[in-house]
Amino acid sequence: MNYVEEALKGNQLAGARLIRLLEEGDPQGIEYLKALYPHTGRAFILGLTGPPGAGKSTLVDRIITELRRRDLKVGVVAVDPSSPFSGGAILGDRVRMQRHATDPGVFVRSMATRGHLGGLSRATGEAVLVLDAMGYDVILIETVGVGQDEVEIVDMAHTTAVVCLPGMGDDIQAMKAGILEIGDLFIVNKADRPGADEVVKQLQVMLEMRTAHDEDAWRPPVLKTVAVRNEGIPDVVDAFYAHRDHQERTGILAERKAKRQMHFFRELVKEMAAERIFGAAEGSAEYDRMLEGLRARQIDPYTAAETLLDQTLGGR
Amino acid sequence: MKQKKVRVLIAKPGLDGHDRGAKVVARFLQENGYEVIYTGLHQSPEQIVNAALQEAVDAIGISVLSGSHNYVFPEVMKLLKERGMDDVVVFGGGTIPEEDIPPLLATGVKALFRPGTPLEEVLEFMRENVG
Ligand SMILES: Nc1nc2c(ncn2[C@@H]2O[C@H](COP(=O)(O)OP(=O)(O)O)[C@@H](O)[C@H]2O)c(=O)[nH]1
Ligand SMILES: [Mg+2]
Repeated sequence: MNYVEEALKGNQLAGARLIRLLEEGDPQGIEYLKALYPHTGRAFILGLTGPPGAGKSTLVDRIITELRRRDLKVGVVAVDPSSPFSGGAILGDRVRMQRHATDPGVFVRSMATRGHLGGLSRATGEAVLVLDAMGYDVILIETVGVGQDEVEIVDMAHTTAVVCLPGMGDDIQAMKAGILEIGDLFIVNKADRPGADEVVKQLQVMLEMRTAHDEDAWRPPVLKTVAVRNEGIPDVVDAFYAHRDHQERTGILAERKAKRQMHFFRELVKEMAAERIFGAAEGSAEYDRMLEGLRARQIDPYTAAETLLDQTLGGR
Repeated sequence: MKQKKVRVLIAKPGLDGHDRGAKVVARFLQENGYEVIYTGLHQSPEQIVNAALQEAVDAIGISVLSGSHNYVFPEVMKLLKERGMDDVVVFGGGTIPEEDIPPLLATGVKALFRPGTPLEEVLEFMRENVG
């Protein structure tokens, strides 16, 4: 099978196998990705983050339905944590989305973090590129949802929704710094439970303090949903598109895309440089001596790192 | 950086609402380093195979209790063939009468575990046949 040609035609098997190659860091995967790259950049990329159990996967399920109603093809990348002990993972986000498993306009891929921090997995961005090239109009990314370190999603998504739930008032206070920054919209899910209105109010007050007072600034809406009962979903989808329209109109989208591109490039250089440097050094007697020295604390790691870089890249 | 991990889909077809067995196996495989994609209850063969396709799994484990095994397993095997996924290893477990096992294995199912099979046996099977 010609993976690239088939993926571009929307062949799910080809796309799935490509993503798998990329997830495993197979160099051939990168070659395929290069060929796909000119066909990317069209999809609307949405992020959903928020604490575990807030209802992110249930919301994704309902949002898929709403987007399909609007005749859009939907790709999903759902990230769950790997066990730091076994390296294994149970990826359960899909349970909530299985009604779409027989819809050819929907593609759901679960990913384990495999030790990557920041709420995503190392290959999430690559999976998104593949889905983009395959022609999915909207790509939803569900982050791990540890609620602390979810910053990566902002670099990847065009629009990020933070999912909250009733009864987390104090938590919102505690995490407001990070969480308020990343949300383009806020969803208070499980609004069938008491306390939803208080959380809405609290978020609104905090957002009000944060938002710049210039007229053109985006004001993140706070929306109530009951995902299990499919309530409030069209408003969420409308808000996603309202944010995108705003970003397009103000030129922020182009700016954000360019920034993301730069960020991605820099990360890539770091990763590839490290790989090459260690690859070149490993096995040499000199490198072994250096490691020995480090273990025995005869060299400090700063001097060692500088020496290694000088040797591989030439002196400064 | 190479990061090879074995991915396994665990599915529970049929109308009954018991997925304890499936969950026990899922957790056990996770504890042994596998990435387990869990699809939940009431899965049709088509849902199972499409999920396996999108998730690019190496193996599918199917737990049956409702007596639908003579339909589910052959249907899954047929769909896998149609989709060009012959290389995916299929195994199963649950209440399957002894006499039904050989014909199911003949359709390409790699192993069927009766209730009470030690989990170590499942692990041994995985290591030998999947990775
Ligand atoms: N009461 C209530 N429960 C919900 C709602 N949305 C999701 N849930 C339940 O919350 C639990 C966690 O949902 P899930 O989507 O897996 O959360 P995630 O961890 O954020 O992805 C599940 O049992 C859902 O059925 C809702 O609007 N109201
Ligand atoms: Mg989830």
